[in-house]
Amino acid sequence: MSDHDRKSPSAAADLPRDGVARFDAELAHILKRYPEDRKAAAMLPALHLGQEIFGYVSTAVQQLAADRLGTSPARAEEVATFYVMYNTEPVGRHIVEVCTNVSCCLTGGERIFEHLKKKLGVKNKGTTTDGRITLREVECLGACGTAPAMLVDEEQHERLTVEKADQIIGGLK
Amino acid sequence: MSETLILTKRWAKRDPSLAGYRADGGYRALEKALSMNPADIVEEVKKSNLRGRGGAGFSTGLKWTFLPKDVRPRYLCVNADESEPGTFKDRYIIEHDPHMLLEGIAITCLALDMHLGYIYIRGEFKKQAESLEKAIAEAKEAGILGPRLFGKVDFPLEVHVHRGAGAYICGEESALMESLEGKKGYPRFKPPFPAVIGLWGKPTIINNVETLANVPWIVENGGAAFAALGVGKSGGTRLFGVSGHVKRPGVYEKPVDYNLKKLILEDCGGTPSGRPIKAVIPGGSSSPVLRGDEIDVSLEFDAIKAVGSMSGSGGVIVMDDSVCVVRVLARIAKFYAEESCGQCTPCREGTPWMEGILERIEHGDATAADVDRLEQVANSIMGNTICALGDAAAMPVQSFIKRFKPDFLAHVQARKCPVGATGWGVQQETHEAFVGGIRY
Repeated sequence: MSDHDRKSPSAAADLPRDGVARFDAELAHILKRYPEDRKAAAMLPALHLGQEIFGYVSTAVQQLAADRLGTSPARAEEVATFYVMYNTEPVGRHIVEVCTNVSCCLTGGERIFEHLKKKLGVKNKGTTTDGRITLREVECLGACGTAPAMLVDEEQHERLTVEKADQIIGGLK
Repeated sequence: MSETLILTKRWAKRDPSLAGYRADGGYRALEKALSMNPADIVEEVKKSNLRGRGGAGFSTGLKWTFLPKDVRPRYLCVNADESEPGTFKDRYIIEHDPHMLLEGIAITCLALDMHLGYIYIRGEFKKQAESLEKAIAEAKEAGILGPRLFGKVDFPLEVHVHRGAGAYICGEESALMESLEGKKGYPRFKPPFPAVIGLWGKPTIINNVETLANVPWIVENGGAAFAALGVGKSGGTRLFGVSGHVKRPGVYEKPVDYNLKKLILEDCGGTPSGRPIKAVIPGGSSSPVLRGDEIDVSLEFDAIKAVGSMSGSGGVIVMDDSVCVVRVLARIAKFYAEESCGQCTPCREGTPWMEGILERIEHGDATAADVDRLEQVANSIMGNTICALGDAAAMPVQSFIKRFKPDFLAHVQARKCPVGATGWGVQQETHEAFVGGIRY
């Protein structure tokens, strides 16, 4: 195998070049928040950024983050798989996350989740066949007083009803 | 009883801007603090009887004195990870008055000689993280934060937001620091406590959002005045978040020793169905449950402990008698099984086991011996893990069985859930919520 064929150790070669450029530019701002000798602290924001730019936290994205933060890919993978907000597999264009914890279920959260599963024809963590929506059951979103609640692409929606949830889902392209 | 409002007094103005905060006297306390001896600021906080609002209720001033004298740098971490089911108060401080928190942070850093602070906010609070970043930018622009504190003294202070990514365990202070260091949130052994060896091995103080938001008022009015708002060893007011089966859910600022029954029946209007209250979880999902006939009790940390529960994070969940308590407990058990980090065997293995037994009881597929086994598993987790998540998972199980054993046995005898349907009872449509006087 020639040097040319060998996989780039930075893994950046596997990712779209303009995406990597954007990643590097925004990461430079993020790194200002941490002491210079503590770059690895930026792993969580770096993976959030990678997910935003590349759609999900693939192995290549993990390797990119590890490379730029001067830490091991194992560290990046450990973080990517520990926290539930990182998608390590491709997901739908929109992510709908419905809380089914106690305060939400006391006000109809489970009913909304069951309704959406049926309507979208998916199970928990499933993606619609057209790739439009990934539906997930999630833990408490800190919106118990304005329950039931869900996140749509990380935006909070509260005081839901089945009808309101339908409307919101209907507006997703 | 005093009607003094500290934390929510500006919320109804819906003006979280720096200009609005300053127009109402904001940052006056920081100005006063700059003229004080740092040790005197700590003394006032000690005198105030301010106790941690994140759940543990530990004396804030005392925590601050655990810092070793000569080690620098020291760091401040603000815990905005608010993830305990039933808890939803810190987000509103951040949404409606972020500068009150920033002023509290600035005074704390001044008092403790800290020059770098992080606000660790849960990943799901993206909007709130952005509000904080905006407020920090405003404060820097105005020269309040940055190279010279309040533009006056040679005291650099940087405050940054660090967003989590979905892990309840990161609200535990040592897991929070691990996460801030860019790792998975595995809690550390204690001792050493974070005040001695914390973030990047340096002395670190970790305080909850609501805790620090009280600091400006304490500096401005004196520790004694804050202590006088409360009772015994608990000073000030608290934010209580009430959810579930009440007519007016929301966040209520009340004296620390407010009565739980009064909060539910008078402030929140009782149950929307008019049915009797079956159960109340008084301080977040980990706090031991109370029966409806046990709620005539003060929410003060020590008073509620005396009746076998905790006021924890101030998150009150109310259930009327249409609810199946086994269903509720099974859901709580599922939460802790999901959120166990996996580091300690009793918690990693025990939490899914409890969830499984509870699902079997709920579906009528269990015997009376299973109820005993469930309790045994909870007892085996309790006290046997590195962090408090194990206890948090065990306490609901122990308390639900203790207070509602006939309900568990009725499932076993009937071989099904006597309540029927989903077990969630009357799933009322949502009601208007009242958050610090704002209608939601």
